[in-house]
Amino acid sequence: MTSSAPFVQSMCDAAASLRLPGSGLGWLDAARAEALRAFAERGLPDQRNELWKYTSLRALAQRSYAPGDADATNRDVDAALLQPSPVPGPRAVFVNGAFRGDLSELDSLPEGVAVRSLASALHESPEPLRFLLDRRADADDDGFTLLDRAVAADGLVLSVAAGVEVPESLHIVHIGVAADTAAAWHLRSLIELGEGARLRLVEHHIGAEQTGHLANLVRDISVRKGAHLDWIVIQQASADAALFRRSKLRLQDDASVDFHALELGGKLARHEIRAELAGAQSRFVSRGAFVLHGRQHADMEVLVTHRGRDTLSNAVWRGVADDRARGVVHGRILVQPGADGADGSFYNKNLLLSPDAEIDTRPALEIYADEVKANHGATVGQLDEQVLFYLRSRGIPLELARRILVRAFCSVTLDGIEPASLREHCEALLAEQLPEARA
Amino acid sequence: MLKIENLHARIAGKEILKGLSLEAKAGEVHAIMGPNGAGKSTLGNVLAGRPGYKVTDGSVTFDGKNLLELEPEARAAAGVFLAFQYPVEIPGVNNTYFLRAALNAQRKARGEQELDSMQFLKLVRGKVNEMGMTPELLNRAVNEGFSGGEKKRNEVFQMALLEPRLAILDETDSGLDIDALKQVAAGVNALRSPERAFLVITHYQRLLDYIVPDFVHVLADGRIVESGDAQLARELEAHGYGWVREHASAGAGA
Repeated sequence: MTSSAPFVQSMCDAAASLRLPGSGLGWLDAARAEALRAFAERGLPDQRNELWKYTSLRALAQRSYAPGDADATNRDVDAALLQPSPVPGPRAVFVNGAFRGDLSELDSLPEGVAVRSLASALHESPEPLRFLLDRRADADDDGFTLLDRAVAADGLVLSVAAGVEVPESLHIVHIGVAADTAAAWHLRSLIELGEGARLRLVEHHIGAEQTGHLANLVRDISVRKGAHLDWIVIQQASADAALFRRSKLRLQDDASVDFHALELGGKLARHEIRAELAGAQSRFVSRGAFVLHGRQHADMEVLVTHRGRDTLSNAVWRGVADDRARGVVHGRILVQPGADGADGSFYNKNLLLSPDAEIDTRPALEIYADEVKANHGATVGQLDEQVLFYLRSRGIPLELARRILVRAFCSVTLDGIEPASLREHCEALLAEQLPEARA
Repeated sequence: MLKIENLHARIAGKEILKGLSLEAKAGEVHAIMGPNGAGKSTLGNVLAGRPGYKVTDGSVTFDGKNLLELEPEARAAAGVFLAFQYPVEIPGVNNTYFLRAALNAQRKARGEQELDSMQFLKLVRGKVNEMGMTPELLNRAVNEGFSGGEKKRNEVFQMALLEPRLAILDETDSGLDIDALKQVAAGVNALRSPERAFLVITHYQRLLDYIVPDFVHVLADGRIVESGDAQLARELEAHGYGWVREHASAGAGA
């Protein structure tokens, strides 16, 4: 049924009309064609899929989108959008799904750091990307992954050579601007950190108030031995945008990733994060918060697999939903056989600010190894009346008291964000998103 | 300044205050004593406006205004301060930030100029010195991980900073060792002034050795059954609350 729905039809039509980079390459054409067939067959994920249980795509299935924005490479962009945070550093800019070399600033990157667009990489030397793009559909691929494989026209190809420590934050700025019709774009990205490399990546999603777009991002992040990635996602997408992301991280021995997410924008924002702790003593720490209002829907899937020995994962997530908003948090820790000494935890607390808001949280542990430490906890509640009264009894008006408490509730997830100016920026964005500030 | 007449209040359907009357003038320190369950804490909570308490009869006027119709924050701005028996912990909210938000909200409500961060820090540092407060506590989250004594001292510190006209201390002595008790009492005594009234709610006479009240009232079963001067507290200590009940019923029978 879903396969005949307008969404699937519009995507299949789009695939036929698109001139994708690298087309004409036998293996790439074949992989894309196969992915498209599989997508047409499977359609959009439905709620029988465990990872989509609380996110319905029925409304989306009835929509259709234009195949990208034909003018994405020459649209004017408001200067404020180009510099979404006060933190300096090189930046790679995408506008409506297309890499914009003219708006990016990458000259200051040190030697050993290569940043290219997928489109140019496919023009210049596609073979090194074959391992990434030449894949057959498997059980793990959902409709968005398949669709991305079939029609992704651009993306980020980033590599940091072994031993290179990048001093400045590298910003990836995804900008949505209004196009003539609601457009969908699909990006495929690859981020590789060589042995012992260090990088701070700040990913921004920002846009005009109304764009109506759909963005579908699939990325693979490879962190080799002893490398460290700080990855901060600040999501302030347009109020009517739909954003689907799947990020697969693979960490080798002694590699570590500190991940922070601040999810504020979009009508429907989903991020499926799959972190595989493949190497011994690798470490994945995640901190995330969403603050939703109106009819926003956010779905955060944090799926960690411990495969190596003595690996550590630690997650603290907070969710806040007001009005008729809906939040979903799914934290899964899977400890594979042989991953002895694994230490995994997932803690998620949520606040409902309105009787019509809803948050579903599901922590899950699956353990197949010995001498494992694993903890999880999840709550959904309301602001503590006793604490509210304490603040009010000191003269703080009710609305301000609520704001102070919600902010405090979320700010624990901002701990550890560096530099301090970036953390302050996140604090300020959080404050703007809170109930009274919007009124 | 404060006039309570025939106050009846209930919580969760149960009547706790059953016709309490009390008057306190500026400059006076009134001790409210009584056995557990007499309604001592209810009195403090009703005056501060804690949600959940329902006043079914009687009146409370504060500086001529009907206190009961004001929101808790408006009562605070008018000059009412409740030192909590159990101060709450507020993780993630910095103590200094909280104090400044409170002080400025009160000032704003009174039509006074808000303090900028420099002015506020100067004020707060002065109070820290005056009150012998550990400055480090200012940088921590409100009451988070504070010991029992630190929490109570923080309550008195907030009182010193906010300078209320009516300060209500709800069993501020409970859970304190003698050193902490003395410190808290010294803090309160430093705040005694002709413009300010205190209601000191306590179960034990001990605190009143250090904060010597002008009046002592005995609260039993939701009413004030006996009033006197500081001597009354000592008699209570000697004879126990049972004595007051007998005494009161004997008096009523005479």
